[in-house]
Amino acid sequence: MQGLSVRSSRQKDRLLLSLIGYAMLGVMAFICVVPFVIVLSSSLTDENTIRMNGFGLIPKVFSAEAYRMIFEYPDDIVRAYGVTLVVTAIGTALGLFLTAMTAYVLCRKDFKWRNHFAFYFFFTTLFSGGLVPWYLLIVNYLDMKNTLAALIIPTLVNVFYIMVMRAFLAGIPDAISESAKIDGAGDFRIFLSLILPLSKPALATVGLFLALGHWNDWYSALLFISDDKLMPLQYYLYQMLGNLEGMRKAMLSSGTDISANIPGESLKMAMTVVACGPILFAYPFIQKYFVQGLTIGAVKG
Amino acid sequence: MMTEKRHSFWRDVAKYRTLLIMISPAVLLVLLFSYIPMAGIVIAFKQFNYTGGVFGSPWAGFDNFKFFFQSGDAWRVTRNTALYNIGFMVLGNLLQIAAAVLLFEVGGKWFRKIIQSALFLPYFISWVVVGSIAYNFFSYDVGAINNVLASLGMERIDIYNTPAYWPYILVFFHTWKLLGYGTVMYLAAITSIDTEMYEAAEMDGANVFQRIMKVTIPNLIPTFIILALLAVGNIFRGDFGMFYNVIGNNGMLFSATDVIDTFVFRLLMNTNDFGMSSAAGVYQSVLGFVTILAVNYAVRKYDKDRALF
Repeated sequence: MQGLSVRSSRQKDRLLLSLIGYAMLGVMAFICVVPFVIVLSSSLTDENTIRMNGFGLIPKVFSAEAYRMIFEYPDDIVRAYGVTLVVTAIGTALGLFLTAMTAYVLCRKDFKWRNHFAFYFFFTTLFSGGLVPWYLLIVNYLDMKNTLAALIIPTLVNVFYIMVMRAFLAGIPDAISESAKIDGAGDFRIFLSLILPLSKPALATVGLFLALGHWNDWYSALLFISDDKLMPLQYYLYQMLGNLEGMRKAMLSSGTDISANIPGESLKMAMTVVACGPILFAYPFIQKYFVQGLTIGAVKG
Repeated sequence: MMTEKRHSFWRDVAKYRTLLIMISPAVLLVLLFSYIPMAGIVIAFKQFNYTGGVFGSPWAGFDNFKFFFQSGDAWRVTRNTALYNIGFMVLGNLLQIAAAVLLFEVGGKWFRKIIQSALFLPYFISWVVVGSIAYNFFSYDVGAINNVLASLGMERIDIYNTPAYWPYILVFFHTWKLLGYGTVMYLAAITSIDTEMYEAAEMDGANVFQRIMKVTIPNLIPTFIILALLAVGNIFRGDFGMFYNVIGNNGMLFSATDVIDTFVFRLLMNTNDFGMSSAAGVYQSVLGFVTILAVNYAVRKYDKDRALF
C-alpha cells in the first residue's frame, strides 16, 4: 500500500516538473525566436501599415516593396557581401591555421619553453594597453586605415581559441608525435599530415567560431573603415539603420521620385533580414559544431 | 659557466627550431598587436598631438587622470560597468541553469533539440542586428511595444528618451543573446554527472525536485564557479558591441547606460581627446588586472584546483 502511494506521489512530482519544464522552456524558446519573426514580418509589411499600426507579428498588409528596393540597386549590398565573404574566408582560414599550429606547439610536452610561451599568450588576456594605443598603432604607424588588412590582421590570433584548441589537442596521445619523430618526420610535417586530420572536430568548431566572429564583425569597420567600398555587411547595416537620411539622398541623386513613399521602416527590417539571412539558413547545420565546441570547453575547463 | 649556459641555450634553439618557427607568426602578431600597444600607455600621461605622436608629445603628468576623476565620469562609468556585469552574471547564470536542468529532465529528443536550437539562435546574430530588433520593439511611433500599448488605448512611452528603462532592457538583451550558449555549457556539465548518483538518490527515496536540488545543482557548482570567476575578473570590461548598438550615440541615456568602453570610444572617435581616452583605458586595464589577480589569489587560498592560474 505504502509503496503504491510513494509511487503515485512520485508520479505527481514528475508531472509537476514536466508542467513547469514545458511551460518555462516553451516561454524561453518563444522569447528567443519571436523577435526574429517580428523582424521578418515587418520587412514584409506595407510601409503605410507600419506607420499606422507599428511592427507586429503578422504582416497586416503584405508588401515585398522593401526587398524590391534593396535589390533594385544591389551594388552596395552585393559589395558589402563580397567584403564580408572575403574577410571571413581569409580571416578564418589563416586564423584557424595559426591557431592550430600555435596550439600544437604549446601542447608538445618535449618543447622546453612551452609554458613560457603559454604565459606570453595568456598574459594578454589579463592586461592590455587599451583602445587608444592599439588604434593609433594600426591607423598611424601601420597605416592600415581603409584596407581589408585592418579587418583581418589585428584580430587574426585570438588567445582564447588557442587555449580551447590546446585543450583539445592535449587529448591526442603524445605517442603519435613521438613515433612519427622516430620515423624521421619533421615537426611541421607531423602537424600537417598527422595532427590536423586527427583534430577535424576541433578545427570545425574553432573554425566556425572564427567565421561567425568575422561574419558578425562590425567593430573593426567602425574603427578603421570610412571608405564605402570596403564596408562589410554588418557595418553597412549599422550605417543604414543609423542613416536612412543618407539613403534617401542617394535615391534622390539616382533619380528616384522622392515624393514616392520610401519604405524606411520596412527597409530597415528587410536589411536586417538580408544581413543575418545566411547565418540563419546555415544555423541548423552548423549548430552542432558549436555545441560540440562548448562541450569540449566545459569538460576540459 | 656563463658560456656553457649560453651554449646550451643556442643548442636548444637549434633543437626546437621547427617548433619555434611554427609558433613565431602568432608570437609576432601578439607582440605587435598586444605587447607593443602596452608601451602606448604613455599617451595617458601626455598632451597628445599628431605632430609629436606617441613619444614626441609633451608630458601632462596626471592631468588626464585628474580630469577623468574630477569630472565625475570615472565614477559613473565604473559603477555602470560593474552593475551591468553583475546583473548579466546573476540573471544569466540563473536562467541558464534553470533551462539546462529542465531541458535535461523533461521532453523527448525532438523537444530538446527544438528548444535548444531556439534558445541558441540569438547567439548567432551580430549586435547590429540586435540593435535593429531593439528599435523594432521600442521605437516611439512604430515599435511593437508602443503598438500594443496604443491598441489597448494606453499612452505611448518614449523609451528611447527615458534612461530608467534601459538597465532592464540591456540586461534582457544580454541574457537573451547568451541564454543558449550558457544552457549548452551547463547541459554538458549535467550530462557528465555520474548516473549512479541519481540512482542512489532515487533509492534514498528522493523525489525529482529533491534530486535536482541535492544532486544536479551541487554538481553544477564547479562550472558556475569558473564562469562566475571569469565574470568577476571581467567585471570592469563593458560589452561595447551591445551598448553601442542598442544605445548608439543617444546622449539622453548616458547617465544609465554609459560604460567605460563606450566612454573611451567616444572620447577617441568623437572628441579626439586621446589623452583622457587613454587615461580611462589605462584605468580600466589596471583595475581589471588587479581584480583578476585578487580574485585568483582568493580562490587559490580557498581551493587551489579552482584557481584560473
